[in-house]
Amino acid sequence: MESMDTNSHTGGPVTARPVLEAPDIARVLTRIAHEIVERAKGADDVVLLGIPTRGVFLARRLAGKLEQITGRTVPVGSLDITMYRDDLRLRPARALARTEIPGDGIDGRLVVLVDDVLFSGRTIRAALDALGDIGRPRAVQLAVLVDRGHRELPIRADYVGKNLPTSLRETVKVLLSEEDGRDTVLLGVRETDQS
Amino acid sequence: MKHHLISAADLTRDDAVLILDTAEEMARVADRPIKKLPTLRGRTVVNLFYEDSTRTRISFEAAAKRLSADVINFSAKGSSVSKGESLKDTALTLEAMGADAVVIRHHASGAPYRLANSGWIDGSVVNAGDGTHEHPTQALLDAFTVRRRLVGRDAGMGRDLAGRRITIVGDVLHSRVARSNVLLLNTLGAQVTVVAPPTLVPIGVESWPCEVSYDLDAVLPKSDAVMMLRVQRERMNAAFFPTEREYARRYGLNGDRMARMPEHAVVMHPGPMNRGMEITAEVADSDRCTAVEQVANGVSIRMAVLYLLLGGNESAAAHTSRTDAVRTEETE
Repeated sequence: MESMDTNSHTGGPVTARPVLEAPDIARVLTRIAHEIVERAKGADDVVLLGIPTRGVFLARRLAGKLEQITGRTVPVGSLDITMYRDDLRLRPARALARTEIPGDGIDGRLVVLVDDVLFSGRTIRAALDALGDIGRPRAVQLAVLVDRGHRELPIRADYVGKNLPTSLRETVKVLLSEEDGRDTVLLGVRETDQS
Repeated sequence: MKHHLISAADLTRDDAVLILDTAEEMARVADRPIKKLPTLRGRTVVNLFYEDSTRTRISFEAAAKRLSADVINFSAKGSSVSKGESLKDTALTLEAMGADAVVIRHHASGAPYRLANSGWIDGSVVNAGDGTHEHPTQALLDAFTVRRRLVGRDAGMGRDLAGRRITIVGDVLHSRVARSNVLLLNTLGAQVTVVAPPTLVPIGVESWPCEVSYDLDAVLPKSDAVMMLRVQRERMNAAFFPTEREYARRYGLNGDRMARMPEHAVVMHPGPMNRGMEITAEVADSDRCTAVEQVANGVSIRMAVLYLLLGGNESAAAHTSRTDAVRTEETE
């Protein structure tokens, strides 16, 4: 979920070029996994929560890599932030996605939120609100595949796959094999801005 | 679903499935320590009840409060209505107070439709039971309960009730629950049979999308769910059946009859139950009876309806099927 306040659904990218291909995505996820282990000094109390839709797939992949590195199972869940969005009244009501908190909960754990694109920061603000209603983590960190800038809130990611300076006219689209059949990150230009 | 929820017939299959799926997510909130979402903060929901109905009112009240809406309960008794105020004047008062949604229960069939289509108020109108006409949220919570029991909680997501056989037993004539259920279950693809004494079958039932039978025992073995209706003693002023005992003997559900139902079949009741009349205590207290579950599911369904009507700048209208909504979400 790239942003809470763009109208990207009105015009998808027409000319889009890939900035990350499948091997790059696999490599950056491996790096993020190692960074998590290093910063958390192991991954004993880590819980990964993906933000639907693609954040959940990324969280599952990260969990797989963390298991390879540490040899222990890392709980994965999903956190739908739809009902915590600050732009609910600006658009038609939308369908909810799944929130799934691992059985042991998040109290006292290190929660790593996982999303595909970090943009305005409003999605993450909503996610922090949602977490507050579910439990009290020891700490919350943020991992994103792409940080495209243009923050509207004082939020930054702890783990970034790729920093991608963009203009507001550009769109960033993450495709993952679980949902889209292939892994790639596309940088395009809004249809409405093309003349 | 448009701006209002007046009749189960207003819902398309996609609307109905979207509501059931949304309710499934809302039900997860009920499992959490903090059963509250900020979604409808600053919105006002008025429960406008011209008829006493504690359980429906508190169900809507709990649903609205869990979504952080402000709730105003307006009971006709002891209000200006008893002094002769018209529905129109009450509506204008609510409009002036900025009601975003009005949940209305009225003894007159059609009152919610009038309220929604008169231009008196801008907010959404939700029918919480009008006369002997409809009670759409009850039908939705029944469908939700059936889907959970027969298809499964997670497996049911996105699914309808195609091919399920559902039997509605009892006072169909006076029951708004029966009418809404027949319409909605048919929309969801289920085969519905209503079973009642001939005197309690409404005129025009042949235009309903269901079969009619007078023989409960013949229908039970091929039912996936049996919905027992309450015998509304307060409406039994005419001689609809000879004695209560005879009704119980022919149309009441007891242990013997329940044993004739398929293994997986469930017994439903909208409550309050007349034990010993339409249902015996043995059946009411068995694992197969979903009456208590239906109450809990009612809150989830009403949360879903209020969220879908009020959660955006317009309702999740008929044009937005679940798939479209998800697609919009993903391209952001």
